[in-house]
Amino acid sequence: MRVPFGRPALGSPLQILLLACSFALAGYAGVRLFAGDWFGVALWFVGAALVHDLVLVPLYAGADRALAGALGAVGRRRWTLYVRVPAMLSGLLLLVWFPMISGQVADHYRSATGLSGDGFLSRWLLVTAVLFGGSAALLVLRLRRARKERPPAAH
Amino acid sequence: MVRDPVRGVSAAYGRGMPCSPSSPAFWRSPLRGPWFTSVLGVVLLVGITVLFVTGLVSYAAYNPDLSPVNDQTPDKGLLGFYLFSWPTDPSWLYRLTQGVHVTLGIVLIPVLLAKLWSVVPKLFALPPARSLAHALERLSLLLLVGGGLFEFTTGVLNVQLDYIFPGSFYPLHFYGAWVFFAAFLAHAVLKTPLALRNLRHLRDEHPREKGELVSPNPAEPTVSRRGALGVVGGGSLLLLGTTAGRSFDGPLRETAVLAPHGGPEPGGGPGGFQINKTAAYAGISPTETGEEAWRLVVTGRAGRSIRLARPQLLQLALHSSALPIACVEGWSTSDQWWRGVRLRDLAALVGDDDPVDVLVESLQRHGAFRRAALRANQVADPRSLLALFVNGEDLTPDHGYPARVIVPAAPGVLNTKWVARMTFGDL
Repeated sequence: MRVPFGRPALGSPLQILLLACSFALAGYAGVRLFAGDWFGVALWFVGAALVHDLVLVPLYAGADRALAGALGAVGRRRWTLYVRVPAMLSGLLLLVWFPMISGQVADHYRSATGLSGDGFLSRWLLVTAVLFGGSAALLVLRLRRARKERPPAAH
Repeated sequence: MVRDPVRGVSAAYGRGMPCSPSSPAFWRSPLRGPWFTSVLGVVLLVGITVLFVTGLVSYAAYNPDLSPVNDQTPDKGLLGFYLFSWPTDPSWLYRLTQGVHVTLGIVLIPVLLAKLWSVVPKLFALPPARSLAHALERLSLLLLVGGGLFEFTTGVLNVQLDYIFPGSFYPLHFYGAWVFFAAFLAHAVLKTPLALRNLRHLRDEHPREKGELVSPNPAEPTVSRRGALGVVGGGSLLLLGTTAGRSFDGPLRETAVLAPHGGPEPGGGPGGFQINKTAAYAGISPTETGEEAWRLVVTGRAGRSIRLARPQLLQLALHSSALPIACVEGWSTSDQWWRGVRLRDLAALVGDDDPVDVLVESLQRHGAFRRAALRANQVADPRSLLALFVNGEDLTPDHGYPARVIVPAAPGVLNTKWVARMTFGDL
């Protein structure tokens, strides 16, 4: 998409109009959003995107690549999914319910709602154990089935 | 160690080592491509639209234009253009809309994360802008991604009572929603036709997909695209299964093992249902709610005022209604059996026989909703009570003893507990 020297490309005028309209609406709400602690809000707004793109994604993508690599090194690359899926599901629960699981709101939660704020960590660990255990059981089952289907000469 | 297959292949491409994320070959996943992104995009298009609409509905449910005490975002301006009088029918209306809002929001988290993952190479693409329109689009994506994550994060933290965000939840989540939705709308208009075309033409997963998201140097697949979608859907199902129960009682609530207000009820007996804020938390002491101390002050439009002790209230005509409690945090209870004096009877007692609004004040000394306004249609509903009993017994301190308001379909915080004063009139 080279443009002649000295003439900046404009792109679709329709797209520019649409985005200008979008920015105007965002601006109208934005001045109200930033009316209080503007720096804190800006930090959260931009920080959320940066933490996701530059910390969370590299972290889980790196862990996944390391897992596939490690299993590949021992010739078990096909097992990746059996570790990846329970790890992802467990990690997802931890991400969403971190304040409850970490116990950082336990006292506040108990005094506000009359419910126990403890036990979230143990329940998360139990769910995690079930997820990994179920995955392991599934893998064993599939391996045994594959072995049975193999001709006896292979033994 | 495994030999890195990137070296050989990328040398063949003549690019050298793709060490920079701005190089397409840096991104190795064979899953990325137009089909995968389009499926997730269409799910979010529907899902986020429902979240936005139910969110706006929740704001309307507070009747913010009735009285400043109901409005946490008084400088909303045109953003309140759609507000309407919140109805009292069906009595489970807010329970449904807010349950959908919060539960769907939680269920969509894996879809949102997968969608962002599927387009992450575009974030690093160079040149930063090919044209003015492209530059504006990328700027808009910051609002889209930042705004989306901001909305989901503040929502998820608020339902866990983790108020670490910079300000009050209501204005942050409300104005943040409009900023996010402005960018979302533009993105939807620009991308939906393409996404639908992708889904029509790539009905099945395509091994030979083209497009900027497709890795020129894909790693050996460990899962198919359909399988990956299945994992995302599984994550959503897991969150649904461990969250949805907080909108029901008994064994269903027990299934919400990790969500706040899931698990067992707070104690047994008639008062053993979910509590938003306990008496101790609200700073209500038994000395001020005792029979000696507590009086209800009711004032009418014309200024006529009466003081009633609880035994006097018990002398009035008592009525029953079966109504739920539904919280902005997304949890709710099934119908509880309330018994007390009709709000409209209390209005008549001070001379207001016509439909009239009311300002209800609690004994509570702090908290955003220690005062709440109800509209005339809510006061007039025969099921709206100043409740004195629940499930056949006196209210418990945590449920608002000596008297609390209960109104069909109103958000929980408008059902004021520990009521001390009711002022009828045009607000």
